[in-house]
This record gives sequence, structure tokens and C-alpha cells, in this order.
Amino acid sequence: MIVSIASGKGGTGKTTVAINLLRVAPGEAVYADCDVEEPNGRLFLRPEIAGEYTCTVPLPVVDYTKCTFCGRCREACRFNAIAVLPKSVMIFQELCHGCGACVMACPERAISERERPIGKVSHGTSGNAGFVEGLLNVGEAMSPPVIRQVRRHVGRDGLVLIDAPPGTSCPVIAAVNNTDFCLLVTEPTPFGLHDLKLAVAMVRALGLPHAVAINRAGLGDRGVHDYCAAEGIEILAEIPNDRRIAEAYAHGRTAVEELPELRPLFEKLLRAIGERIAARGAA
Amino acid sequence: MKQLAIVSGKGGTGKTTLTAAFAALADNAVMADCDVDAADLHLILAPEIGERHSFAGGLTATIDSEACVICGQCREMCRFDAIDETFTVDAAACEGCGVCYDVCPAGAVTLTNEVAGEWYVSSTRFGPMVHAALNVAQENSGKLVAQVRQRAREIAEADGRELIIIDGSPGIGCPVISSLTGVDAVLVCTEPTLSGQHDLERVLELAAHFDVPALVCVNKADLAPDMTEAIVAHSEEKGARFVGTIPYDETVVAAMIAARALSEHEPSPAREAVEEIWRTVRQILNGEA
Ligand code: SF4
Ligand code: SF4
Ligand code: SF4
Ligand code: SF4
Repeated sequence: MIVSIASGKGGTGKTTVAINLLRVAPGEAVYADCDVEEPNGRLFLRPEIAGEYTCTVPLPVVDYTKCTFCGRCREACRFNAIAVLPKSVMIFQELCHGCGACVMACPERAISERERPIGKVSHGTSGNAGFVEGLLNVGEAMSPPVIRQVRRHVGRDGLVLIDAPPGTSCPVIAAVNNTDFCLLVTEPTPFGLHDLKLAVAMVRALGLPHAVAINRAGLGDRGVHDYCAAEGIEILAEIPNDRRIAEAYAHGRTAVEELPELRPLFEKLLRAIGERIAARGAA
Repeated sequence: MKQLAIVSGKGGTGKTTLTAAFAALADNAVMADCDVDAADLHLILAPEIGERHSFAGGLTATIDSEACVICGQCREMCRFDAIDETFTVDAAACEGCGVCYDVCPAGAVTLTNEVAGEWYVSSTRFGPMVHAALNVAQENSGKLVAQVRQRAREIAEADGRELIIIDGSPGIGCPVISSLTGVDAVLVCTEPTLSGQHDLERVLELAAHFDVPALVCVNKADLAPDMTEAIVAHSEEKGARFVGTIPYDETVVAAMIAARALSEHEPSPAREAVEEIWRTVRQILNGEA
């Protein structure tokens, strides 16, 4: 089963929840860091890396011995990534999605593609668990191809915990789309509530089964609880606002390893998610 | 006119709290909320919307099953795995490249341009504000950021405003790149955690990549003094300027609940620290420090 862990806003404790769930998982489990702009799971899991490979996207290359500067490639490109000048065809790589429409459109077969590196995928193990991480190169604008590569790498077997990027736009969609369950981590504050509403709209648009985990419970106000009650969204866990958790986090330590009394909370959360997925499968 | 972007490698480090406080402290600024993905600044600034514009998103394909002859070409050519075995398009996975439209021999594919969001020009108790709301599951947030920034610049020029304060987004991808290209300085607000340090490193690399001077402040600094020290030393090594720390202070959440900028709320250690950082940042922007 694939469980994605997301949050409308960053810094709410997504990674904390993901790694603690991994640590209490009874069977075969893999942690997949899809927050490829700022992957942090590694700092806590200290994996042994078995291998890594470059993640690339196709980039069109024009052969000027064949090009007639007809402009058909530019017309085919829906991302305005091509400009056809009298003596050259410019391709703006930061706008190019690597879709191949221009290659198909060229009547002279003048366009080929080369693989352009935009990041890398590393994989290995951390204790008994599997570890996969995507990392976007600095200066690259588009993270979804790296996220999709991580998802292809982990597949669907066993328990897969996906640490999604923050927000609600394309990178998050690439990370959570077609997962079996999406756990939304939030803080009980006005900012947390506002961003949770966006995240809920997103998982609803994608038709993903979902529930909420509140981090730093006790801080702030009751807005998140009231909202979840009104919307019929289950709150599956409340992680207390405990300075010791924050300090463990600060130094890259896992809460359940530092504070064993927290284990039952995460075990219960993981079981609850499993039950929700099983119930849907049976329905 | 100067432009200051406030970002955080990781979200949730207090970036918006800092932006709102700066908005209250600056006397002649335009605010631009470029965290279009999870815009929170309006919760504190309570903007009164003056202008409202829609923002066109990318294309999305749909397949008319009546017209489809099940030749399979679209599915084979789509590089984003957005078409399933039943020849239905997964709108969330579709990037709108139009390849399926181009290859379909039966004219069964339609491409539609959806509204991806809205952007607004508003007035607040601290001055004009340009902000946006991106619909969920949309792309092009970089473009929307560029739109917000352009309008903020026009307003600053027309009104003779000296400063644009930009609330940037987390990460290092397209919306962040759009938030910080061409600004006079980027202030990175981080936390004294291993993750915070790691994320900061990536943002500083990004700032260097785009040749933007970087300033660093550490929020909740007393949570892990050793990490704070390491972060300060490290940022200076990377050529960024350290401009101050903010202590962990529950007043920050109390001010947020009261929908007040920290500098409007009762005196507190965090408020004092933010005001001090503001003075330093302003001097740096004015070339006085
Ligand atoms: S479509 Fe082919 S021939 Fe025409 S301008 Fe583009 S690359 Fe050149
Ligand atoms: S591959 Fe697609 S996005 Fe890139 S230039 Fe060609 S048509 Fe445009
Ligand atoms: S528009 Fe492009 S991404 Fe969307 S379904 Fe068609 S081929 Fe796939
Ligand atoms: S290319 Fe057109 S006709 Fe062929 S499967 Fe796709 S939609 Fe149907």
C-alpha cells in the first residue's frame, strides 16, 4: 500500500510523521522522499546508499542541416518554449516539458532529443527499511519528472511511505496522485488551518482517501478541530507540542527512538491508515 | 525602488510572520504575496480587494469516447502516463502538451484552457498588496508569481513607493525562482534544525546561482543553540549575511490568532528581535550597512 504524507504548508511535520511511521512499521516498508526540492528524510534515516542514478528529461536538439525554419515546431509547442528565428531555432530549456510534440511536428525530421540531467535518485536501506530519495538540481524549475522517477523506482509493493513536497500544485500532485491514502499533517494555527483547507480541496479533487494528523497539538487554537468536525474529516492522531520532540527533530533524531512513549501513537496511526485502506478495498 | 524577497527553504519557519511584521514596520512599501501555492499573508493583512483578475492555466486534454476509435496512439505517445487503458485522461497527470490531440486520427481529443487561479490588487492598513490564489492541482505557479511581481512593480512606480516586500514560497523550484530573480536582497528565514540547515544550504546555492545577495535570520534560535551557531557560521562561509535571531516565543502564535502583525501585538522578545532585524535589513537595502 502507498501512503502519501502531505501538508498544504511546509514545516508542519510531514517528515517527522513519515519517518516515525516508518520506524514503527512491522513489515517490509520503504520511505520515498518526494520532497525533491528540499529532501530531509536522509538526515533522520541516515541510509546506507546502495546506488544512485541521474534523472533526465528529453530536450529537443535541432539539426540545422535539415531545418528549413518553417516554424511548425513552434506552433506545436504548447509551452512557448520555442522561438524560430531566421537562422536559428531557440529552445528555452526552463520552459520545455520534454513532451515531444515538436519532434512529431517537424516535417523535415530535423529534431532529435538528448537527455538533459535535472536531478538524481538515490536508493538504499535504513535499518530494515528501504530508502529512496529524489534530489532536484539547484536552478532547475521543474521537479515533477524527478518525483515521477522516485515513484517508478519504489513501485507498489509492501508499505510505501511517500514524503510529499509542501503546497497544492504540480509537484505535490505528482507525489500524491494515485496513492492509496493521503495523510494531511497540519498545525492547530490559523495558517495551518488555511493551508489544510487547500490541501483538502486538492485530495478531494484527486479523489484520494484522506485523514488529518495534527502536529504540535496544544499549541494555537481549536480551528482545525472545528473544521474537521464540520467537514467530516477524521483526525487520526494528535502529536503533542513537546519541546523534546522539537529538540530531537532539530538534531536529526527520530521522536520514537528518543521518546519511546510515543511509539503507541504512531503504531495506532499506522494501523488506522491500514484499516481505512482495507475498508475501502472491501467496499 | 528596492525589492526584498523573504523565503525559507522549508516552509513554516516564520517567513510570513516576518513579512507581515515588515509590512507593518515599513512606511512606504508594496506587499507582494508570491507564496501563491499556500498564500497566508492575507490572514494577517486583511486586504480589501480592489481589482480581481483571472489567471489562465495550461491546457487539459479530454477524450470523447464516442469519437475514439481505440487506436491507442495517444496513450503510446503521452509521456506523462496521463491516459489509462480505457482512454480516459487523468486531468491531474495531464500536462497539456497536446501530443494526444496531434496524433489522434479521429479528432476525439479536445484541449481546454482552464482558469488556474485569480490575482488581486488590494489595499491593506499597511499599503497596497498584490496577491493571488492558485486553484488546487494547478501548474504555472511560476508564471503567476511573475504576474504578481510585475503588478507590484507598476504600483510601486506609479505611487512612488520605495520598497516591494515579497513573501516567497518554500522550496527551490519554479515559484521560488520567479520570486527571487532580480530582487535587491533575499532574506532567508530558517530554523535551527538539521533540516533547516540543509534547506538553507540549497536556497543559498539558488541565490548564488541567480546572483542575488542573501541575508539569513534564524527563528526559534534558542531551541537548539548549537545548531544556530552552526547555521550562522555556515551562512557566512557561503557569502550570506547574518542579520539576527528570533527567540522561540508563544506570542508569535497568539499574534497570528489575533490576526495582527507581530509588531502590532503586545511587546514580546520575538517582536523586539524582528524589529531589530528590520532595522538591519533596511540599512543593508539602503546601502548604509
Ligand atoms: S519544424 Fe523542423 S524544420 Fe520547421 S523550424 Fe522546426 S526544426 Fe526547423
Ligand atoms: S519537447 Fe514539448 S515543450 Fe519541449 S520544446 Fe518540444 S514541444 Fe515544446
Ligand atoms: S495533453 Fe499531453 S499530457 Fe495531456 S493527455 Fe495529452 S499527451 Fe498526455
Ligand atoms: S488517439 Fe484518438 S482515437 Fe486513438 S485511442 Fe487516442 S483518442 Fe482514441
